[in-house]
Amino acid sequence: MSTPSRYWREIPQRYRLEANKCNRCELIFFPPRLLCPECKNRKLEKTKLTEKGKVITYTIIRVPPAQFSDQAPYAVGVIELEDGVKLTGQIVDCAFDDIKIGMIVKLEFRKLFEVGHAGILCYGYKFVPN
Amino acid sequence: MRDVAVIGIGMTKWGELWKQSLRDIYVETALLALEDAGIDRLDSMYIGSMSSGLFVGQEHIASLLADYLGQLPVPATRVESACASGGLALRLGFMEVASGMSDIVLVSGVEKMTDVGGDEATYALGTAADQEYEGYQGITFPGLYALIARAHMQKFGTTREQLAKVAVKNHHNGSKNPLAQYPFEITVDAVINSVKVADPLNILDCSPITDGAAAAIICPVDMARKMGKPLIKVTGSGHATDTIQISQRKDMTWLEATYQAAKQAYAMADKKPKDIDLFEVHDCFTIAEICVTEALGIVDKGKGGEAVEAGLTALDGISPVNTSGGLKSTGHPVGATGIAQVVEVTKQLRGEAGERQVKDARIGMTQNMGGSGGSSVVHILERE
Ligand SMILES: [Zn+2]
Repeated sequence: MSTPSRYWREIPQRYRLEANKCNRCELIFFPPRLLCPECKNRKLEKTKLTEKGKVITYTIIRVPPAQFSDQAPYAVGVIELEDGVKLTGQIVDCAFDDIKIGMIVKLEFRKLFEVGHAGILCYGYKFVPN
Repeated sequence: MRDVAVIGIGMTKWGELWKQSLRDIYVETALLALEDAGIDRLDSMYIGSMSSGLFVGQEHIASLLADYLGQLPVPATRVESACASGGLALRLGFMEVASGMSDIVLVSGVEKMTDVGGDEATYALGTAADQEYEGYQGITFPGLYALIARAHMQKFGTTREQLAKVAVKNHHNGSKNPLAQYPFEITVDAVINSVKVADPLNILDCSPITDGAAAAIICPVDMARKMGKPLIKVTGSGHATDTIQISQRKDMTWLEATYQAAKQAYAMADKKPKDIDLFEVHDCFTIAEICVTEALGIVDKGKGGEAVEAGLTALDGISPVNTSGGLKSTGHPVGATGIAQVVEVTKQLRGEAGERQVKDARIGMTQNMGGSGGSSVVHILERE
């Protein structure tokens, strides 16, 4: 089991959707990077992700990892946000049959899983139909 | 650079080898390769292993295995690039021999996956993905390939049946391979109706959990010639990387690392896809083989599904793919897979592949992939 620092260090990204961007290449990075892989620029500016996007692919996880065993089956998709950032996350609050490529979704702050019996509650983003 | 030849190969039957430890599986296999080459001394060893730490709780296995093989104090190096660890072991050994640093090198791979339960194996394999931004969200390894499959179906019209036909073809080939973990035929219906793992992929779209090892001995061509060995030369080698998070790729249906690695290998060997008589590729999931045949240039982008349906990649097709049975039927002890591909191509080029022999095979390619495509290693082997 990991120490809490592994989880709290990612809080700015997972709770506040902090990303950063290269103003030269007009690219946004999530999670934030220390340099732009395109132009090697190290002066990246802090920004926040847009919260609306569309599903570009998805699956239904039937055989989950141990921490997610009480949630299966559940849907996971890759979502392209309006600002062009793509990220992976669960699609919830809708029937599996209603999930379609191109569906508009928005980010919401949710509990993702728990570590151990009386352990850490791990939070982050999930996607819900808009 | 010196020319390099494969002079010995070793592999035992793969499966759930409960009675054997990692070191026993490895030594038995490596000894077969040494005997096949007719040598007993090595200058160096490379061992591909994705996660001996998570699967058997043992790191530092390069020294352990050199010891149990009776080769101390030779330099031994463990290589890790997830499921491409074996292929990378060959590439590093190839560079060491080509450069003149060493003459006789053992390139090998091993994974002992059944000492842990299904949950732990799922976790260990999942570490090949981005743990903080994919694993944290609840995605699994089959789940990542399911995301690729759905995108491929949407973009190119690839069908559920075409995916199934990859598994059917590879099990057909594997039914002729006595070393395969699952050497039997399956049907399209069986695949489509098998238990769902991550839609649209079912359990029969997935390669299994396997214990196994594979080994090969390489040396300079001049030395192989003096030993009177059938000359199987390594004429091309390529290796490339991509983002390990699939969402970060420009096109999730395209395996750029595989394309780049193949481009290097084709250029080094001065060959084109049409020159290759057979391919051993990384079919960890049915969709993977479809995407790989596109990235290697065997078929055009988006045509991988149609190709398998038309029999282009069958044992008697124009471009046979996975004559051994692939990962699907032979098994996938992750670190060993890339070397097992070299074992199969070497057998084919020597004309020793029995019932699955490709007629007049002279040139073969291996393609070994890490994670969901974040690394890829490609080699071309030729019979003189
Ligand atoms: Zn930039």
